[in-house]
Amino acid sequence: MSVLILLDQADGHIRKSSFEAACYGSKLATQLGVSSEALVIGTVSEDLSSLGQYGINTVHSLSENSLSNADVQVFTKVISELVKNINATVLVLSNNMLGKAIAPSLSVFLKAGLVTGAIDLPETNNGFVVKKNVFGGKAFAEVGINTAIKIITLNPNSFPVTKIDAIASVKPFVATIPTAKVKVVSTKKVEGEVSLSEAEIVVSGGRGLKGPENWGLVTDLAKLLGAATACSRPVSDINWRPHHEHVGQTGLAIAPNLYIAVGISGSIQHLAGVNRSKTIVVINKDPEAPFFKSADYGIVGDAFEIMPKITEAVKKLKNK
Amino acid sequence: MKILVCISKTPDTTAKVTFTANNTKFAEEAVQWIINPYDEWYALVKAIELKEMGVATAVHLITLGNADCDPIIRKALALGGDEAIRINVDSQDSYYVASQIAAVAKEGNYDLVLTGKETIDYNGSAIGGMVAALLEWPFISHATQLVLENNQATLVREIEGGEETDQVQLPIVVSCQKGMAEQRIPNMKGIMGARTKPLTVREPIVADSLTSFIHFDLPAAKAGVKLVSADDPEELVRLLHEEAKVI
Repeated sequence: MSVLILLDQADGHIRKSSFEAACYGSKLATQLGVSSEALVIGTVSEDLSSLGQYGINTVHSLSENSLSNADVQVFTKVISELVKNINATVLVLSNNMLGKAIAPSLSVFLKAGLVTGAIDLPETNNGFVVKKNVFGGKAFAEVGINTAIKIITLNPNSFPVTKIDAIASVKPFVATIPTAKVKVVSTKKVEGEVSLSEAEIVVSGGRGLKGPENWGLVTDLAKLLGAATACSRPVSDINWRPHHEHVGQTGLAIAPNLYIAVGISGSIQHLAGVNRSKTIVVINKDPEAPFFKSADYGIVGDAFEIMPKITEAVKKLKNK
Repeated sequence: MKILVCISKTPDTTAKVTFTANNTKFAEEAVQWIINPYDEWYALVKAIELKEMGVATAVHLITLGNADCDPIIRKALALGGDEAIRINVDSQDSYYVASQIAAVAKEGNYDLVLTGKETIDYNGSAIGGMVAALLEWPFISHATQLVLENNQATLVREIEGGEETDQVQLPIVVSCQKGMAEQRIPNMKGIMGARTKPLTVREPIVADSLTSFIHFDLPAAKAGVKLVSADDPEELVRLLHEEAKVI
C-alpha cells in the first residue's frame, strides 16, 4: 500500500506547492506505515532521485510530452492507472488550479472520497478525518472520508517543507494515454515572476491608492521583497489591476507568511481571502478601518508618504 | 441547445459564521441567504446571455435542498431561466450532490451544464468536475470566457500561472468564475414572471455519500494590532525582521 503524490511542474521545475504536498504525503505515509510514492508528468530539470529528501521513496516518471497541457479526462485515466498499479490508498494533490480541475474527476473514477483545501495532516487513529478551511477561511471543518481510497488536495502555504538525507528510487511509468476531447488552442502566462498562491510575501493595494498610476508604491516594495502583488475586489472591478490579482472571498484565497495591505479597509469579504496569512500588516489613513482589528502590525497614515520610506528601509536591510 | 445551471444557497458574504449542536452544524438562525455568488454572477448570467443571443433554447436551474431554498431559486428565476428543479434533499457530500445533478442532466438531454467555481460556504470546488466525470463529458474548470458556435465551444480558462484557450464539442460541463459575465439585478418584470415559472420538486435518486462533515471550529482570535507611528516606518521594517521574522 502507498500514498501517491502528484507533483505539478511549471516550465520544467517542480512547483513549491508540490514540495509541500510531497512532505505532507510522506508524513502521512509514515503515519499510516506505507510507502510514499510520487508521480511526475513530463520532463523536469530536477534530479528525480533527489525528491527522496522530501520523504518520497519512489518516483514514477511519466515522460510524455503530449501531456504538457493537463486534460482532465486524460490525467484522470493516467493517474487512476498508477493508483491501481501501486495500490495507493491515499492520493495527494496541491489545491491549485490543476488539483481543483482534476481531483473531482479522480474522486468519481476511483470512487474515492475527496477533501479539498486540507490544511493539516489527517487524524487516522479513528477513521480518516481531514481538517480543511470553510467559509473562505472564516472557519475550519473536520471532514471524515468513508471510502477505501482517499483524495486530499492540500492548500498552498499550509504545510512546512522539511528535508531529510535520502534518495528516492526512480521508475519509468508507461501509461496508456487516451486521446483528449478538448483541443488546447493556445496558452498564455499571465502571472508575474512570483506566483500569488505560492508566494511567501504578498503586497496588496486597495482603492486608497487612488489610481493604477500609483501602483509603483506596491510593486517597488514587492520587487525588493521577492513578493507577489495582489489587490482588493474594487480595484480589479474597475480594472486598475488584472482580475487574477484579486484576493478575497470571491477571488483567490491566499496564506502567505506576510501580507501587507496598503489602502485596503478590510471588508469581511476581503478578510476571508487573506486571514490565513501568518503575519498581517495594514497601512491605512483611516484609524477606524476594520482591517486593523485583524492585523498584527499597523500604521495609521498616508501610504503615499509611508510606502517609499518602508521601501527605503527594506533596501537598507537587504544591503546589510 | 439546453443549458442546466447549478444553483446553491449560501449564507450572505457578510454573515457571521458560528456553529451549534456542539460545533457540528452551521448556525442558520438570523442568517441571510443568497444565491452562491459564483453560480449567480457567472454561471446563471452567462446562461441567460446565451439564451438572449438565441444560442440556447432553454435555461433550466437545479438546486438541492428543502423548501427553504425556494426563495433563492425564485430569485434566480427572476434573473432569467425558464424553469427550475429542486431535488428535495440536503447534503454536504459533493459526490452525492453531483450524482443527483448528473442524473437530471442525463435524463433531460442537456448540452451544457454550468456551475460556479465553488460555493462560498464549504469551498468544495468539486461539483462541476464530478458531474462531468459521472456523465463522462469533458470538464472545463475556472472558465472566464465561453463562446458557442455550431455545437462547438471555445473557452478561456485559468490554469496555474496563466490561461488556456480550449475548443471542445458539446456536451460539456463548465465551472465559471470572474470574467464570464457581469452581475445583474432582477427587474420588476422578472420578479413578477418568476412567480409563475415552473418549479418542480423531485425526490433524490439513490446515491452514495463519500464524506461527512464531523466538526467545525473557529480560528483563534488575533492578539491585537501593534501600531507603529507614521513618522517611523523604519520601526515597522525592524519589527518584521527581528520580531515577526518574516523579512
